[in-house]
Amino acid sequence: MSSMTRTAHKDGLELAVIQERLSGKDGQDYWRSLNELADTEEFQEYVHREFPEGASELSDGLGRRKFIQLMGASLAFAGLTACTRQPKELIVPYVRAPELMVPGKPLYFASAISQGGFARGVLVESHMGRPTKIEGNPSHPSNPREGAKFGPTDIFTQATILDLYDPDRTQVPIWNAKPSTWTRFRGSLATEMAKLDLDQGAGLRLLTETVTSPTLAAQIQDLLKKYPKAMWHQYEPNGRDNVRAGAQMAFGEVVETQYDFGKAKRVLSLDSDFTAVGSASVRYAGQFAEGRRIEDGQKNEMNRLYVVESVPSNTGAVADHRLPLKGSQIDGVARAIAQALGINAGGGNTYGHDVWVNALVKDLKAHQGESLVIVGDHQSPSVHALAHAINHTLGNVGKTVKHTAAVEASPVDHQASLNGLVSDMSAGTVSLLVMVGGNPVYNTPSDIDFKNALKKVPTTIHLGQALNETSQLCNWHLPESHALEAWSDARAFDGTVSIVQPLIEPLYSAQSAHEVLAMMLGDGRQGYAIVKEYWQAQRGGATFDNDWQTWLHDGLIPNTALAAKSVRLKGNYGSPVSSLDGLEVAFRLDPTIGDGRYANNGWLQELPKPNTRLTWDNAALLSPATAEKLGVKDDDVIDVAVNGHSVALPVWRMPGLPADTVTVHLGYGRTVAGRVGNGVGVNAYALQTSNALWQAQEASVSKTGQTYKLACTQDHWYMEGRGLVRTGTLEDYTHHPHMIHEMGHVPGEDANFFNGIHTSEEGHAWGMTIDLNACNGCNACTVACQSENNIPVVGKEQVLNGREMHWIRIDRYFKGSLENPELYNQPVPCMQCENAPCEVVCPVGATTHSAEGLNDMAYNRCVGTRYCSNNCPYKVRRFNFLHYSDDHTESLKLGRNPNVTVRGRGVMEKCTYCTQRISAARITAKVGGQELKDGDITTACQGVCPTNAITFGDINDPNSNVSKLKKQNRNYGLITELNTRPRTTYLARLTNPNSEIAQHG
Amino acid sequence: MAQLFSRSSNAFARTSIVLVLILVGTAITILLNTNRLKYTSDVEVAKQQPVPFSHKHHVTGIGLDCRYCHTSVEESSFANIPPVETCMTCHSQIWTESPLLEPIRESYRTDKPIEWVRIHDLPDFVYFDHSIHLSKGVGCQTCHGQVDQMPLMWKANTLNMEWCIECHRAPEKFVRPKEEVFNMTWQAVDDQGHNIQAVLGARLVKEYKINPSTDCSTCHR
Amino acid sequence: MASPAPIQEDPTAPAPVLGPGQTYTTITQKISSIITSRTTVGWIVAVALALGLMQCFLLGVTWLLIKGVGIWGLNIPVGWGWAIINFVWWIGIGHAGTLISAILLLMRQDWRNSINRFAEAMTIFAVICAMQFPLFHTGRPWVAAYWLLPYPNSMGVWPQFRSPLIWDVFAVSTYFTVSLLFWYLGLIPDFATLRDKAKKKISRMIYGVLAVGWRGSAKHWHNYEMASLLLAGISTPLVLSVHSIVSFDFSVGLVPGWHATIFPPYFVAGAVFAGFAMVLTLGLPIRAIYGLHDFITDRHLNNMSKVMLATGLVVAYGYGMEQFFAWYSASPYEGYMMQNRMHGPYQFEYWSLILCNVIVPQFLWIKSVRLNPYALFVVSMFINVGMWLERFMIVVTSLHRDYMPSSWDMYHSTLGDWLLYAGTIGIFLLGMFLFIRVMPVINMVEIRLLVPRKGHGKKPDHDASTEVSAE
Repeated sequence: MSSMTRTAHKDGLELAVIQERLSGKDGQDYWRSLNELADTEEFQEYVHREFPEGASELSDGLGRRKFIQLMGASLAFAGLTACTRQPKELIVPYVRAPELMVPGKPLYFASAISQGGFARGVLVESHMGRPTKIEGNPSHPSNPREGAKFGPTDIFTQATILDLYDPDRTQVPIWNAKPSTWTRFRGSLATEMAKLDLDQGAGLRLLTETVTSPTLAAQIQDLLKKYPKAMWHQYEPNGRDNVRAGAQMAFGEVVETQYDFGKAKRVLSLDSDFTAVGSASVRYAGQFAEGRRIEDGQKNEMNRLYVVESVPSNTGAVADHRLPLKGSQIDGVARAIAQALGINAGGGNTYGHDVWVNALVKDLKAHQGESLVIVGDHQSPSVHALAHAINHTLGNVGKTVKHTAAVEASPVDHQASLNGLVSDMSAGTVSLLVMVGGNPVYNTPSDIDFKNALKKVPTTIHLGQALNETSQLCNWHLPESHALEAWSDARAFDGTVSIVQPLIEPLYSAQSAHEVLAMMLGDGRQGYAIVKEYWQAQRGGATFDNDWQTWLHDGLIPNTALAAKSVRLKGNYGSPVSSLDGLEVAFRLDPTIGDGRYANNGWLQELPKPNTRLTWDNAALLSPATAEKLGVKDDDVIDVAVNGHSVALPVWRMPGLPADTVTVHLGYGRTVAGRVGNGVGVNAYALQTSNALWQAQEASVSKTGQTYKLACTQDHWYMEGRGLVRTGTLEDYTHHPHMIHEMGHVPGEDANFFNGIHTSEEGHAWGMTIDLNACNGCNACTVACQSENNIPVVGKEQVLNGREMHWIRIDRYFKGSLENPELYNQPVPCMQCENAPCEVVCPVGATTHSAEGLNDMAYNRCVGTRYCSNNCPYKVRRFNFLHYSDDHTESLKLGRNPNVTVRGRGVMEKCTYCTQRISAARITAKVGGQELKDGDITTACQGVCPTNAITFGDINDPNSNVSKLKKQNRNYGLITELNTRPRTTYLARLTNPNSEIAQHG
Repeated sequence: MAQLFSRSSNAFARTSIVLVLILVGTAITILLNTNRLKYTSDVEVAKQQPVPFSHKHHVTGIGLDCRYCHTSVEESSFANIPPVETCMTCHSQIWTESPLLEPIRESYRTDKPIEWVRIHDLPDFVYFDHSIHLSKGVGCQTCHGQVDQMPLMWKANTLNMEWCIECHRAPEKFVRPKEEVFNMTWQAVDDQGHNIQAVLGARLVKEYKINPSTDCSTCHR
Repeated sequence: MASPAPIQEDPTAPAPVLGPGQTYTTITQKISSIITSRTTVGWIVAVALALGLMQCFLLGVTWLLIKGVGIWGLNIPVGWGWAIINFVWWIGIGHAGTLISAILLLMRQDWRNSINRFAEAMTIFAVICAMQFPLFHTGRPWVAAYWLLPYPNSMGVWPQFRSPLIWDVFAVSTYFTVSLLFWYLGLIPDFATLRDKAKKKISRMIYGVLAVGWRGSAKHWHNYEMASLLLAGISTPLVLSVHSIVSFDFSVGLVPGWHATIFPPYFVAGAVFAGFAMVLTLGLPIRAIYGLHDFITDRHLNNMSKVMLATGLVVAYGYGMEQFFAWYSASPYEGYMMQNRMHGPYQFEYWSLILCNVIVPQFLWIKSVRLNPYALFVVSMFINVGMWLERFMIVVTSLHRDYMPSSWDMYHSTLGDWLLYAGTIGIFLLGMFLFIRVMPVINMVEIRLLVPRKGHGKKPDHDASTEVSAE
């Protein structure tokens, strides 16, 4: 009740009032954005800040505000305990209640979130008008899930909710570093456009990122029609250029290629991280995991994955055979495979892995039409072309592989497009540059001087959600509305169109790209009209209004997926790459903050990167052997130099990296990102050159003698022979089903000092299984949990102290040689032990056992002795050593889940299987007079998991999925010899190695 | 040498011992009961509201059903405080000139919501749900008291945790037939006027499958 | 026993517990002079230093209350750090006092008489210091204090009595109360003496009140004896129980390195070990400064050293047993824990611990060391450090690498940790210095009992007491 009124109190009133409150109370934030422009001390301070909201004060001794805030917190707690009276609270009901909304009940709206231009279908949870949580839309092709309430998503989609409430978002249009208004902007835009009319817009340039939105594309076409001499450029720093060029090389035309991992029995990945990167990664990860699912008796066949990669990836971690090679060597291997399959490629070279390659080829041949080869976006066009050829030769096209027309509205080569623009700008032929999103000043290779070119353009306009390196230098910086605030549309990887619908009025005075383009076209329509009228024109008809409603409700427009397209091989595979000895640099987009656009997102900054488990920084990743050869160790700062550029980066050793490879992640070193992202990490674009975007040979490394502390959440590499992650080969398992159980010991039921302590057979008994055969360590569960449970971000310093707060973490272990170890990922939430060691030691009974077997945690009861955490063998409890949760940033409060207490300082917290969701479902069922059914409750981590690795349910119900899985022979618990009787158990990981490749790897 | 203390100081010493004991005793008793006092828990304290809304008048006088205003009480955790719209359904016709209702009309004109003072205010870490309590036969009156007799709203119970637990531990003492939950005057008596709560309660608990949990997570998350 | 016969001629008799030529008068003079004489500069300087140290405590606590326990080096997995280490350390130190005043009394060890007073004082102050840590180690004492003693309670729920931390609350508070009573009881006759000797009216009043009208009548003496016997009886089990319960904080947990049945005896022995070390650390300087050689004789040093040696061996046995369990349990976790202590990142602490608590005390086998105050002082300092390290070893090295290698982490102390530790040392010293100045450091009455005289009446007869009041 009280929580609901808090919501009502917060924004139960008209949204206009929210805005008022924000622009009122957050006056500070508003001024900040100006300060950042004017290079004031405050700005310097922000730049040097490495900490997010709450933690930001931790660094500065005892800011007065922090002091008061903390005292406030303390008093509040004193208030709970001592006999002080509660403070007066107001109830602020609606003046006119919106329809459909039942106060206290969340609503879900279907929409779409785009990354790199490609849509992901989502269902957004909204409490009293505030979007609080993003779930996948189970009926959307990019993240499908049969018969489930929610579909999976990736980390970025989860984290966009935080971007919406980012306090550093621009709140009003800014003209030459001064606050302005949209009216003024319209005025000056009108004059600019008037000038353009004279020369058919010869001086007009439009720079966008990848565009798949049909409406936006149409608007741009209108613009180009109106101003024939104007030009549209696109730039987005990902490897998609190579994909397009590869298709061009192979087929003579740009096509989109889709894969069906569900049908593929043999998969070869050439440096592709298809389970975690790309517009369909969530779908692919799911399909691939399905192909590996083993069920005793029912399904005992699984696919086989070969990975040749230059950087250990999530995909590499789940490979049956992983071959680490330098990026430059992959071309040779691809050619060798092609040749072996009778493709006239030439220049093949297995680099001494003949056995491996021959076995692979044999295996592929044996699975014609049910195999597939996929290439990493950043690999050279010729490798892409070779892969196409191999897929065709193996007869996979039409079965596991499908070509369609390009999904992008205009599939141009971004690098070329940008180069063209920059030369025009430098030549001074550009009079008006309009940038819709993007940050080319920051995220372009070092040899492209966009910054100076920008100076030569008289009028520059940038539309973006927050100030960045580029918008800071533009005449106009316009606040762009967030995807959850505006009407739009976008295509998914397969072309399927989703209508993007807003859940909340723009928090600040922001407009969408559609609306800005409309202004340029002198058309005053708002987003809703623009999008709806476009589709009326496309699919108008008697039933349009109903269709429209249906599309909005379903979150997609049916039958908009692109049809298969038949293509012919041209037989052109470029020229072989000669791989030189010596160091080589591999560039990658950062796995958690992408090309840098998520730098101000605390969740993603603090999310441990796959395999390295690093947070808050990028590093120069070296294989242990190479590090030893160079005489460097973790945290040593080295100068990495290539193609005449160099940057200083801290070293981090990464087992499984090929020798002589320095992996560098782009996206860090932002200077104008906001309070979280400013000055975090090193800008590696400075090392990148447009002739060697993703891998650069002939690199050199020199020690600087300095060191820099990297914040890693898991320092220890090995399992110390403890049966934590249990693995076996499919073959052994089928012959010897109990092998997994024999790897550990489970005390018998009677092995208990107090009999009958176990929770009863009656009622519900919640349990969970996590299938290690499916998990690829993509981290989605961690972010989803953070979003669902109001988990604070603590900042780098605290992570260094070992105080990260994630309720579900991914443990990473290596097994075998350092050159090519097996990579294990293991998600670890609370085990909800039936004999929970934490419960007996709590002096105040703040953590107790519920009748349904949950290990409850009453935050308001906790005094913070931390005894429970000491006594927890799994170390899944998290403690608020300081006041981590931000209770002074208004906008962040809006994003919180009203059904979960925001924890204060000195309180222990932990996973409780999303007990708020359990209660909600239980109450709904009881009020409706039904019993809870299997699947009524989805925990946040379960719902988001792309591979469906997490299953939650009632283990007292023999027919529930979780019960069935717990009966599997692969099912085992962690450290069961302590007789903790964990309710969370794991399904052992099985591999399906090719017997001809002798030793694993 | 001279006596340092007079004889009387012995008596003083002895009595002081007794006094200390008494003091400590009273201190503990007072402490034990502070949170139960009406004063500390605001029980039966009517609070000043922007509009002196009288439940007595609207329920007893006009005979409005609780759900006319508290619309979501049966389906949601939050019973809902009615939007000004609801007030105006009648007050756009009657008492249109009443100065007392000016805040209502003003709010309706200006779209500025009215700020009511909260009476039943649980701490923010307590998650109470109206719908489940109603559906299991807990009457409004059981917790909120004779609202139909309150000219201005006040708290009828302390809403202390021990008070909640009392019912969660022994619901049969408090439940009533579902159809009576909104009845402000219902009493557990048979036609002879004997109290039948014990019998009735026990029956209803079975019938409605009432098993209120006392697990922490029932109310605290 | 103290025999009047010329001691030197009887080689079998133990060394005297009282220097020759001491009479009631000289004793009273000597001991009360410490209090009545003018304040020395040295004392003022000492107090000033102690006060300074104590400021660290105030600073540390203020900082703690404002920011939270994050100012300490704690993390997950190491949820307990210096707060608990210091708590156990101080509690341990307290034990000697109780042992001396209670057990030795019951055993009629008359040599205790000259050291029990400041040993007891030490106990009181040590326990006061110890109690600071449980209070502040949640960073939110206002909540902790309330939930652990939940009045007012309108929740219908109570503390959880399965948790050793709750046992601690009761164990420690009982221990403190009893020690305080015992100490005060012993002081009463001496307060009477001081009252009678006091010159100023005000001090006479104060000592008068404290002496609660003691006149040394036979009735008084009888009650006195009775009471001290009863209190001794009550506190004797406490010596064992308190530290056993403290050890449960660890042995009840399932952390490798904690979960061992040997902990209670091992902790109690360690406590006495540490306690006597601290008694010597304080006693030797006091003895030297105030020239109390006649009261704290070689016999005392000798006996205390022997007690230390004995308990030290028990502690060493405890370490041995930990090794044995690790091997015998065949549990990979226990095994790793032991390996990690000996060869892991904290090996320096472990081996220093062995040096301080196992090797150095062996010197006490040598009589000349036992009788040489300087050597003894050094040894006792080693033991003080060693016992702190032992607790560090138990708390930190067990936690920092327990079951899940993924969560392993290091613990590094911070300024916040140091402030509190130094602060409590300040509190302790300040207390001791003030005590020395205003109360008789040695129990005059009981010392008088040691004066050789005919009719070895252990019980003081009237003339003893009348003589007291006659002065």
